[in-house]
Formats: sequence, structure tokens, C-alpha cells
Amino acid sequence: MANRGDTVRDDDQLVAATNCSDFNCISGQSPQRLMANDVSENSAFGARRAANTNREVELDEEEEIKYGAKHIIKLFIPVSICMLLVVASISSISFYTHTDVYLVYTPFTDQTVDTSTRVWQSFANAFILLGVIIVTTIVLIVLYKFRFYRVITGWLILSSFFLLFLFSSMYLYALLQVYNIPLDYFTVAVALWNFGIVGMICIHWKGPLLLQQTYLIAICALMALVFIKYIPEWTTWVVLGVISVWDLVAVLCPKGPLRILVETAQERNESIFPGLIYSSTVAYFTNSATVNTTMADTENEEGGNLTDTVPVAFVDPSQSNRPTVSSNQSVSNAQNQYELMEEERGVKLGLGDFIFYSVLVGKASSYGDWNTTLACFVAIIIGLCLTILLLAIFKKALPALPISIAFGLTFYFATSSLVQPFADKLANEQFYI
Amino acid sequence: MTVMEFFGCGLIAFGPPFSMFCLTICKDPIRIIILISAEAEAGLQKVSEVGVQNPVVTDRLTLSYVAGLGFGIMSGAFSLVNVLADAIGPGTVGLHGDSPYFFLASAFTTLAFILLHTFWGIIFFQALDMKNYILLAYVFFCHLSVSALTLFNKSQSYAASIPPIYIITLVTAGLAFKAAGGSFNNVKAACVSRRN
Repeated sequence: MANRGDTVRDDDQLVAATNCSDFNCISGQSPQRLMANDVSENSAFGARRAANTNREVELDEEEEIKYGAKHIIKLFIPVSICMLLVVASISSISFYTHTDVYLVYTPFTDQTVDTSTRVWQSFANAFILLGVIIVTTIVLIVLYKFRFYRVITGWLILSSFFLLFLFSSMYLYALLQVYNIPLDYFTVAVALWNFGIVGMICIHWKGPLLLQQTYLIAICALMALVFIKYIPEWTTWVVLGVISVWDLVAVLCPKGPLRILVETAQERNESIFPGLIYSSTVAYFTNSATVNTTMADTENEEGGNLTDTVPVAFVDPSQSNRPTVSSNQSVSNAQNQYELMEEERGVKLGLGDFIFYSVLVGKASSYGDWNTTLACFVAIIIGLCLTILLLAIFKKALPALPISIAFGLTFYFATSSLVQPFADKLANEQFYI
Repeated sequence: MTVMEFFGCGLIAFGPPFSMFCLTICKDPIRIIILISAEAEAGLQKVSEVGVQNPVVTDRLTLSYVAGLGFGIMSGAFSLVNVLADAIGPGTVGLHGDSPYFFLASAFTTLAFILLHTFWGIIFFQALDMKNYILLAYVFFCHLSVSALTLFNKSQSYAASIPPIYIITLVTAGLAFKAAGGSFNNVKAACVSRRN
């Protein structure tokens, strides 16, 4: 299996090098039925390429667009599901819309003070939160740089443990309260144990791709709900703005921490830890010597523990001088028993992006106006779409937050203060424009 | 009762567009992107620029249809979504002498507007391409008159607004079909090209 894969890969790379191609298609059997279609298309295309090298450039562009669009959609769906989950929870469970307790990172919580005080307090809160995030990111990078893999893995497992058990039990409690359903502790304990343990196994070890994706989405939704509940109202908006600027700096600056993380991972031919990124495809392969992994990430924060996540990541088989468009390979660890020679194009989005998108939409929906919610949702999706298009143009890892969050914030304030009163009036009068 | 009303009105307004989406758009990712970004001019432009190489995107008819439907769905959603949220309860309208058909009329008008936006999209693109100023003027005045017709809704004389709107919708549908070069062969060709 490995040998065959190697030779195919070599051939392909030859072709790739001569063509400046973007594809390295290796035939292989996908462990995920979900991806079966793609793989066959990919390998068929690879074969065609090998056979005919002249029309390749044109074909390439077409395929690029087609695959680019496909991957945009592959991210649309999980992002939409996550946002939908958060919006549904916010609008049905009042538990998440008001609180008396706030995170320790946001010390200024008085919402009754006058506007100017509230403004500087919001900024102070946001910068304290940002400081915590920066420190955690740096700690993570130092740990990674000096190869304290076990510490990082333990850290990640601990945070997902908290999310899967603590926050989901909180959610369940609120849900049962809202719908007035009695449930005994024993049943809850058994259900939570099963939910949590299966989740931990899927995220940190192995499991069906679909299940893993489901758990990652659930984690993001829970995290977003916690943020919405425990961050003071105005601070949330400031945090969203500040965090997207930080994302921009951290990913694009030459000395940006996330860039360092990515480059280190790249040098070592490793993948960034699972449980930090959502990947539209998962592929396993053993020979990663020729693979150049480019990843970027942003960070997100979870309750007491901070975790870093990767926003948009992609890999280029850049033996050719021109790297690929939004393709990636997930490099699995060597312990995978079903190591298959296979590379797939896919887009990765950090869980942090899922969380902050959902926070924005969830916060917008907490005021009860659906026009605003819808506008924010569409704005974020368009922002994501543009980010992936930029990915196709710049062909390097990009932060996924800035465009989407900028659109989202603009649409939120524009819609809630300008469009919504107008739309409400029109709907009342049943006048259509 | 209110929940039934919510689902009924929701399906009246968004059922047909949803079917159109499922039948014609959801299989092609590029079309979904165009549909969503129809609201944002920049996004639409970007997509169509990047997609120049792709025959699906250069097919202007598809583009106009998808963009029109996308715009229609967004405008329909904006005008109906809060009304629907109110429809779910706890109260309902019509108890204090108002028309009990408020939600139903809103839903039907929204449906007509979603369909009209789709047709207008097709006609407008075609008219601009062909420099057919009569069709262009038709779209403008049609839009104006249909919007003006909805002024009747305020006095709750739905009989005066909704039937004419639907008649105009049918006429516009015919024009859009013609503008799209409508004939049986075209329909068949479109089906074939979609499969490719």
C-alpha cells in the first residue's frame, strides 16, 4: 500500500512540478464514506492530468474554482449549524441571556453606569481578556517549541473535558428547566458520561469523521453560549472587534505567535493538535517529507482554560513553485493503524472562529430581532466566502475572523439601528418595497 | 393554533422558493455562493470575477436567475421573519376588529414578491444585455406598481391588492420565460448543461 502510494505520489509530483499544478492526487481508499466521492473525483482528475499535460492549466483553473466553491460550502454547512444551534438556544433558553455572575477576566461588570464609563470599562475588559489570550498563546507556543507535547495534549484534554461535561450539564440543566421536564440524576449521569467520553475519544483519538465534526460543532456552540452568558453586554462587542484585530496581527505579522506556531509545525511536518481545528476532510498518510503544511490559527478561550485554535489552514504540496489553493492534508500521527496514502483538498477552520461567529450571531439574536440575526448571519457567511476567495488568491494561511467579524459588526449596528425600525414599520403596514 | 399558523404561513411564503432552491441551486456550490451573496454587490462581483473561467458562472441566465432568487429570498425573509416570529404566539391578531387574515395576506404577498424578484432579475439582466429599454422600463414600473398595490393592505382590503399582484406575477413570469429564451428545447438544454 505504502509503496504504491509512494510511486503514484512521485509521478504526480513530477507532473505537478512541470505544470506548476495545484493537485497532488493520490489514489487511495478513504476511511470516510463521506469523502468517497471527492476522492474518486480527485484521483480521476489526477489520472487525467498525468495522461494529458497540455490542457492542464485551463483545466486547473476550472477545477480550482469548482473545488474552491465546494470547500466554501463544506464550511458553510458546519458554520451555519453552529450558529443555528446557538441562536436556537439563545431564543428558547432565557438562562443564557442574563446573568449576575461574570468571568473573572472581565472585572468591570456594572451595566448601570453612564455611557462614557461603560465605554472605557468595556475596552478595559476586552483588553484584559485579550491579554489573557495572548499570554496563553505564548505559553502554548513555548510549550510547542520545546516539544512538551504531553503537557499540551493534557491541557487540551482537560479543556475539552470541562466543555463536554461541565458546560453540557449546564446546558442540559437549563434546557430541562425551560421545558419543565423532570429527570433523575442517575439518568443524567449515565447520559452525560456516554456523551462526554465518546466525545473525548472522537476528538483526541479517533472516530468517524462525521461524529468528530459533530462534537467539535457542539463544543463550539457550548463555548459560544458560555461567552454570551458570562461576558458583560458591551464588552462582547468590543471583544469581537479586538479579537479580530489580534487575529490579523497574530497570523500575518512576521513575528506573530500563531505564525510561529504554524511555521514550527511546518518545519516538523506535524499537524496542529486535533480539538483545535475543524477540518472539512481528514486524510491520513505516512510520507509527509515532501509536504509543506501551512496553517494559521487564532485563539479562543474556554472558561478557565485557554486553548488555541486554527482558523483557516491549508496545505500546499509545494514542490512546485506555485502552491495550491486552499488544499490541505491533515497529517495524522503515526499511531493510526489505517494509514493511507492520500492527500485531499480541504479547508480548515479554527474552532475559535466558529465560536466568535456564533457569539456574534447569538448576541445579535438575544435582543429578539430576527432581521438583525439574519443580517449578521448572512454577513458572516459572506465574510467567510471572501476569506476563502482571498485564500485562493494569496495562497497562504489567512485569519478567518477579521472580514467576517467586520461585516458582522457593521451589519449588526446598521440593521439594528437603521433597517429594523423601517422593516418593522413596513411589516406592520404590510407594505412591500 | 398559533404554531400551525406559523408553519402554514412560513411554508406558503418560503415553500415554493425552497423547492426552487432544492431543484435548481443546491447541487452547485457556486450557485449557492451567488445566492447568498446576491445581497452584497461586492461579494457577487468577486465570485463572478473569480469564476470567469467557469461556464456555469458565465452563463448569464443562470447568474441572473440565482441572483434574483437570492435577492428575493433575502427581501422576503426581511419582510416576513419578524411577522412570523410574532405569529408563533402567545397571542394572535384579529380579536379587536382587525382582519384575521393579516398573517395569511403577509405570507402570500411575500411569496409573490420573492417570485417577482426572481423574474425581475432574469428580465433585467436580459434587458440590459440586449439594451432593450422597454423591458427595462417594464421592470421599473412593474416594481413600482406592485409596491403601490400593497398600500391597499393598510386598509386591509386584501381583495384589492393580492389578486392583482398575482396577475402581475403571472404576466412577469411569462415575460421572464420569454426573456430567458423560453421554449421546450431551451428547458431541455438547460437541464443537460446543469448536469455537466
